[in-house]
Amino acid sequence: MWRYVWKRILMLLPVLFGVSLISFSLLHLVPGDPAEILAGEEANPEFIKALRQEYGLDQPLYLQYFHFLSHIVRGDFGISIRNREPVINLLKERFLFTVQLSFISILIAGLIGLLAGIISSTKQYSLFDHISMLGALLGISMPIFWFGLLLMLVFSVYLRWFPAGGTGTIFHLILPAIALGASGSAVIARMTRASMLEVIRQDYIRTARANGLREFIVIHKHALKNAMIPVVTVFGLEFGYMLGGAVLTETVFSLPGIGRLMVEGIFQRDYPIVQGAMLLVATTFVLVNLLTDIAYAFFDPKIRYE
Amino acid sequence: MNEKRKVKKKQISEVWRRLKRNRAAIMGGIIVLLFVSMAILAPWIAPYPPNEGDLGKRLKPPSREHLLGTDPLGRDLLSRVIYGARISLQIQIISVAIALVIGTVLGMIGGYYGGKIDNLIMRLIDILLAFPGIFLAISIIAVLGPGLMNLMLAAGIYSIPQFARIVRGSVVSLKEKEFIEAARAVGEKDRDILLRYLLPNSLAPIIVQTTLRMATVLLTASGLSFLGLGVQPPTPEWGAMLSNARAYLITAPHVATVPGLAIMLVVLGFNLFGDGLRDSLDPRLRD
Repeated sequence: MWRYVWKRILMLLPVLFGVSLISFSLLHLVPGDPAEILAGEEANPEFIKALRQEYGLDQPLYLQYFHFLSHIVRGDFGISIRNREPVINLLKERFLFTVQLSFISILIAGLIGLLAGIISSTKQYSLFDHISMLGALLGISMPIFWFGLLLMLVFSVYLRWFPAGGTGTIFHLILPAIALGASGSAVIARMTRASMLEVIRQDYIRTARANGLREFIVIHKHALKNAMIPVVTVFGLEFGYMLGGAVLTETVFSLPGIGRLMVEGIFQRDYPIVQGAMLLVATTFVLVNLLTDIAYAFFDPKIRYE
Repeated sequence: MNEKRKVKKKQISEVWRRLKRNRAAIMGGIIVLLFVSMAILAPWIAPYPPNEGDLGKRLKPPSREHLLGTDPLGRDLLSRVIYGARISLQIQIISVAIALVIGTVLGMIGGYYGGKIDNLIMRLIDILLAFPGIFLAISIIAVLGPGLMNLMLAAGIYSIPQFARIVRGSVVSLKEKEFIEAARAVGEKDRDILLRYLLPNSLAPIIVQTTLRMATVLLTASGLSFLGLGVQPPTPEWGAMLSNARAYLITAPHVATVPGLAIMLVVLGFNLFGDGLRDSLDPRLRD
């Protein structure tokens, strides 16, 4: 097991290197002098010169990259061009918000997806199965931002059950979390159903039934345990995707998440913010995937030996 | 040669026979066909020009005059949705073509040559996959800047990994087959083996992926436009139309309903058709 974990961690290094390189390149790929961009539109030449020296922007590119990297590992993501505040402070707050939102989303998506998937598989081709799989198909096909607007229209504007935006209480997060989790719950439901159907057809389930075990015991004690192995992967992946997809939900509900911060950064040409958000979200996503893979290998020994 | 053509014809008719029996796929196909027809025939079927509005008729609900109502600038929503199909189809075709070409080339080279070059390509793909979902496209827009061209490029690059992985997987499994070894034994060049043997035999997963990606690309591109990073007003793009509609959710909910419904239907159509195509091209994949 440890060999597998180490191997996966080693495979991660080139990816993290690539992500840091892309993030570093951003400032050099956009048109204009990086020092002038960092200094902002109304900066005087002295300030630009000082910034150039401070960030090593007068040095060769590879040295600039190491400079950038050494700051990043110390948690220094630079200073926001617009707010003149350390980027890390802005990122921290917004990132924790997005993680919180994604976490509630995956809980909702998991609950709905697992229930729908399990019932559909035990009642294959029933009316429930057809309706839930149609729902899953719609969930995958529906744009998050549109679903968010519809939820807002029905539950905030017409029914007034939930606030239409902003933060403060858990109620503020329910609609955004449902919007963000819709496609995740659809994927989990489909995966659970497919995995359960495969397990239910196995000989050992037939044997359990032949031994006269109650259907509830057969499903919950024998089938579910094995069927859940591939579903674990989907949970991890979906959580990771939610971190990225949250940007749309955050925009619909005017929430202060990291995705929204990044989009604002693009509009305001606040590149340290964009760089920081790119790095943080991609690194988290890669780490979540690593944990998912390790969890998968833990539950399914076959993976470790492949 | 004649024999080969006969076999191919038989295969195609077999796929068509299976596809015809799949009602969901046929429904998806009809939706896609309607969408494409709407895009092509837009200038003839749209009742009004998409960018001409009458401020006196702003935010009007559906009526006989304006079947889907009007938007905040008094423009006919139905006409904008119809013209929006053109923009969406254009984005889908160009983005998927970019991903298809680059992804297929990378996948074929990696899968066929293996070793260091494969490792390098796969690590590049891993780096692209390190950005979750739409975040990769947003990161690309951060470099390139907003706009239609950049949107298509970003949505295209966003889809490269899926094509590269699928094609690589197919090539890796095919290259050990006897017919490839036979081709090598008679001295066929690598380029010929790749283009004449491996590519045609990998077409089934490529076609399926192309269809399904048309759906994903539409979701991504409309999402980017919704964020203001894609197609800019007054171009009638569905995502951008939704972004505009947010402010009028209470007074004119129809403005937010119609473009979203259009996106969902088209995505659904491509998903249904893609799923059906996969089942028909390779029935073993059916659960």
